[in-house]
Amino acid sequence: MGMTIVEKILAAHCQREKVEPGDLVIADLDLILANDVTAPLAIKEFEKAGAEKVFDASRIAFIPDHFTPNKDIKSAEQCKIVRDFARRFKLDNYFEVGEMGIEHALLPEKGLVLPGDAIIGADSHTCTYGALGAFSTGVGSTDLAAAMITGKAWFKIPPTLLFNLKGRFKKWVTAKDLILYLIGKIGVDGALYKAMQFGGPAVHDISVEGRLTICNMAIEAGGKAGIIEPDEKTIKYVEQRKQRNYTVFKADQDAAYEQELEIQLDDIEPQVAYPHLPENTRNVQEASDVTIDQVVIGSCTNGRIEDLRLAAEVMKGNAVADYVRCIVFPATQQIYLQAIQEGLVDIFINAGAVFSTPTCGPCLGGHMGILAEGERAVATTNRNFVGRMGHPKSEVYLASPAVAAASAITGKISHPEEVVR
Amino acid sequence: MKVHAKVFKYGNDVNTDEIIPARYLNTSDPDELALHCMEDIDKEFIKKMKKGDIIVAGKNFGCGSSREHAPIAIKAAGVSCVIAESFARIFYRNSINIGLPIFESPQAAQEINDGDEIEVDPNEGWIINITRDKKYTIKPLPPFIQEIIQSDGLMPWVKKKYMEVNKE
Ligand code: SF4
Repeated sequence: MGMTIVEKILAAHCQREKVEPGDLVIADLDLILANDVTAPLAIKEFEKAGAEKVFDASRIAFIPDHFTPNKDIKSAEQCKIVRDFARRFKLDNYFEVGEMGIEHALLPEKGLVLPGDAIIGADSHTCTYGALGAFSTGVGSTDLAAAMITGKAWFKIPPTLLFNLKGRFKKWVTAKDLILYLIGKIGVDGALYKAMQFGGPAVHDISVEGRLTICNMAIEAGGKAGIIEPDEKTIKYVEQRKQRNYTVFKADQDAAYEQELEIQLDDIEPQVAYPHLPENTRNVQEASDVTIDQVVIGSCTNGRIEDLRLAAEVMKGNAVADYVRCIVFPATQQIYLQAIQEGLVDIFINAGAVFSTPTCGPCLGGHMGILAEGERAVATTNRNFVGRMGHPKSEVYLASPAVAAASAITGKISHPEEVVR
Repeated sequence: MKVHAKVFKYGNDVNTDEIIPARYLNTSDPDELALHCMEDIDKEFIKKMKKGDIIVAGKNFGCGSSREHAPIAIKAAGVSCVIAESFARIFYRNSINIGLPIFESPQAAQEINDGDEIEVDPNEGWIINITRDKKYTIKPLPPFIQEIIQSDGLMPWVKKKYMEVNKE
């Protein structure tokens, strides 16, 4: 019996010929990352253990992105812990405000996560990098502290679910709609402890950015990792950016999958996930009359240039509805600049939207767009849990940038067709 | 570690935003986090619970973000262990790594009710519901995980295995 791509990557990182689901291994890591929420805890653990050096200063990335630019005194102090540590150990990949961006958009953009890598991050959406053919998963701060010392982490080899994608997306249907649709189908624990591999002929039509969106939300189905085998698009993307060498792994022909599911992209309509779980999905056409107070376009799920282009296409020449706040936040400085150069920022500002500096901010109810009691938002983010964007009695509806932009214009959840002719 | 305590029961998919809302994540002080433990699912929890009490929940407990603040808040609040039908994987990992005992037992998790008095013995591998006079067995943890727990968490384990070796 052959191995899946996840099994191959992990076997290679623990110097074994073969691994099987359920095996416990200790694997070498290519990159580890943390942010301003999780790094301080990891640093505390690192120091408590009496460690005096890190395993490799070039393989640790610290990205203060959640409450930055510092929201308040406490956040400033958390960030200072991270900054002081980065300085003391001369970490190559510490990104200060001004060059930072949302971690899961920034690291692929900088060529720091590559095909064949084994990566852990003290952030649940670390599963994003599977889009480039890496095994990448979220862990807690203690795992990270241990990895800062050892360069290793323990894993149980996960079984793999294979999603065979066929057909083509209809107009206005995006990678975000696909992943919301899949989570709606299998539920928020449908891939618990498992790897979600996306394959099939249609996967090659999806851009690298779209793939990052899909793998980003594997955790929303409980998945340990999302993964897509590298193809020409992947190689082109990483060759322009890579900061070290990499190895491309592909599944064996006779690899064993726990389950294979066939998905016809043509069947999918634009989706919206109702509060308070990402699995509460419906077709936008079936959305009840939901009026909204805020729209948030951005995050590590949908804050890349392709997402902003799509939102701008819908917003162009339109105006945000009265009494609705529309907040657009690009995921990185590079994307910010590109959005200016392409004239997207003009479109957003002329429509009456806010264009923010890169930050996680509103996505986790941190700052820069918090909801009051009873308020509703449509967001291109990845979680609509109770209180996620503010007051415990506020509501978040998840959707694509196209649906979010259309909803900002009409003031209620809307199909992009309603505003673009 | 045998415990005997009262149960606080919750449903499926209790997420880390409910366990410790993001608005409190600008600190990592366990005692401060404990004050807000379970706040968005049960405002009264921290007032009602006594040290040693047990959380029992449905499927996918601890889903959502990777924040270790969630098991830390639970542990610092004085909860002795969590029993659920299943756990979200990062939460599971984090709990082991910080030394919060957690057990998967679908049947016990379904049948134990809020307010029940139960006794748990992880070494012998059983849960007894005293209120309802019922006994359940728990699956032992994999040996490797036990090794980490016996070392009192991942960091002491790493210290023993790597740092002391490196010094030689
Ligand atoms: S944008 Fe949201 S989901 Fe992504 S890393 Fe930031 S807080 Fe997490």
